[in-house]
Amino acid sequence: MKSAKKFKLSNMSDTNLLLTITIVVFFLMYIGAMLFQGKGFLKAQTFFNILNANAALIITACGMSLVMITGGIDISVGGVAALVSMCCAVYLDYHGGNVFGAVLIALGIGLAFGIVQGLLVAYLDIQPFIVSLAGMFFARGMTTIVNTAPFNVANEAFIAVKETRVTVPGFGSYNKLGKYVPAYVEIGVIVALLVVILLFCMLRYMKVGRNFYAVGGNSQSALMLGINVRRTRFLSHLICSLLAGVGGFVYFMHVGSGSASHAMGMEMNAIASSIIGGTMLTGGVGNIIGTFFGVLSLSTIQNIVSSAGLDQAWWTGITIAAMLCIFLVVQSVVMARKKKALG
Amino acid sequence: MNGLKSIVKHLEKGVMVIAAAAVSMFILTACSASGQSPVKDSSPEAETEGEKEADADKSADQLVVVGFSQLGAESDWRSAHSQSIRSELTPENGFQLLFEDGQQKQTNQIMAIRTFIQREVDAIALAPVTESGWDSVLSEAKEAGIPVILVDRRVDVSDENLFECWIGSDFELEGKKATQWLHQYTESIDYPQDQLHVVNIQGTIGSSAQIGRSKGLRQACDRYGWDLMQEVSGEFTQTKGREVMASLLRLYPDLNVVYCENDNEALGAIEAIETAGREPGLDLLGGQILILSFDGMNPEALQYAREGKIACIAECNPQHGKRLADVIRRIREGKQPEKYSYVEEEIFSGCDAIKTLTVDGKEYPVTLLQ
Repeated sequence: MKSAKKFKLSNMSDTNLLLTITIVVFFLMYIGAMLFQGKGFLKAQTFFNILNANAALIITACGMSLVMITGGIDISVGGVAALVSMCCAVYLDYHGGNVFGAVLIALGIGLAFGIVQGLLVAYLDIQPFIVSLAGMFFARGMTTIVNTAPFNVANEAFIAVKETRVTVPGFGSYNKLGKYVPAYVEIGVIVALLVVILLFCMLRYMKVGRNFYAVGGNSQSALMLGINVRRTRFLSHLICSLLAGVGGFVYFMHVGSGSASHAMGMEMNAIASSIIGGTMLTGGVGNIIGTFFGVLSLSTIQNIVSSAGLDQAWWTGITIAAMLCIFLVVQSVVMARKKKALG
Repeated sequence: MNGLKSIVKHLEKGVMVIAAAAVSMFILTACSASGQSPVKDSSPEAETEGEKEADADKSADQLVVVGFSQLGAESDWRSAHSQSIRSELTPENGFQLLFEDGQQKQTNQIMAIRTFIQREVDAIALAPVTESGWDSVLSEAKEAGIPVILVDRRVDVSDENLFECWIGSDFELEGKKATQWLHQYTESIDYPQDQLHVVNIQGTIGSSAQIGRSKGLRQACDRYGWDLMQEVSGEFTQTKGREVMASLLRLYPDLNVVYCENDNEALGAIEAIETAGREPGLDLLGGQILILSFDGMNPEALQYAREGKIACIAECNPQHGKRLADVIRRIREGKQPEKYSYVEEEIFSGCDAIKTLTVDGKEYPVTLLQ
């Protein structure tokens, strides 16, 4: 038995190993929630609600993972998302714009942040933490300049898009009035799944995807292999900010309002999700599917804590801290054992 | 070639893991989805049977399940508010309370309400963090037949029927009381009304308390000809209140009234005033700066009010629990509760110059702090 396990461990790549841990933990947790919390978690819609609430986080966390794989970090994503939500809200409400225009604004803001931050990080060799810290302050400040007061968007075309529900056949349930309620996801979830699949394929099958791992793993040897390190770094920040723009728009679709306090702390949740998902801050290791499950794990634990009646806010924080700790320890133990096995 | 092979192999493994996980997940959820209501799928008689079963369940477990989404725990007032609701909606009083803290995030609150809907609670109470963006989740609750009762802050929705009723403070009246106190006090010491230079340290922009209290101040400024120099947000916190006050003192050296939209801001403002070498107090003729504040929950602020550093505090009563329990009982009995109901609120001052206030033709006694 033991030898079989060792064989398996040593046969898997670091990324796949961490991914497996994440997925197993997520399912154990969810099944635990089903067994102990009962009622709510047994319904499929509870799971879809987790997706609905976290579509934006999934998208931004995917971008975050990409940057982290190349060894960088981007803490401006929450600010960018807030700026996008406010700009889109103002454009749709005061200037009577259409939804397509709002999407373009979201992408434009994301691209602009990506280009500036990417250039500063990749070509001027400034620490990504500092660059994105400045980016974060700038984005939050700009959001307040665009509009101080939070407000609802009344644009009909936008509300129609926002209210669109994609029903998932076969998972509906009866509410207490005896009415059948079909299970549904919001459009944002579809966007998030597309992003996950696209990024997964890019990292797995495309040369540029493998470059990200090479640069994050060891930029010196990547350079010697003829990989354009600067361009790869630039690209990772560009994609990350672009996804922050997309995530901001999905967030905006979820809440339907613009506010300077939107997406507060989203960058930290994105980092936590990536880490839970098996991405390493040191770079070179990570997986988009893991990030996806990382977000789900984070949200499930929040859900469990809050519905367990531990109503004080700090319990959520403490649980997440404990969970991060456990993940990090498990990750390092497993990696150490594997190294030993390879010996 | 070898490398490629191993990649393919790993890929297969990964896909297998995910597929297995997904399948187990689907089976679990599918089982539960079909297990939820096996009876209700079939004939009408079976349906009534199902309802009987549900009724039987209730008699065994008669507690009224209430989901409460609190917006956060940012101030003393908020903690007292949570405590009031928690101490009233107890099993002894016939309630089971599911309490969720939104941590100042609207998305958390939307998620909490959706969780309550999935758990099929009997009623939902919501203290919303902002006024905007609640349409869709409130209509989901309505579709599910769960009444939503708003507490404290209000929401800005297209259809008022999306919520059952609202319980809370009349923030505009609080503003009117505080300004009326200032008006009567300055009259009593013969201080000219047009010599009052007022700055407003507002609460979090867009919150009901900020909107109502700012409105009360603006009306009074228009009516009595006070000079409203600037309105700027202190976000209901002491730190921000201090920061804002310090810069206001630099900008407007002749200001003599500070209208703070909660006690925490007032505490910050007092620090800034004292640091700048000025004095907070009631002696306007002697160059002191008069401070008006709201809430009346913070012991330090109440102490300052006794000393006269804060001239008067308009109370914002956090004891919503009892009113909430009454409203839920009324809804359960099938009666229509009042759409907007206000809790009783006092006005505190350490100065006995003003005994009663007259606001909109109604008299309010001033509670003297000793």
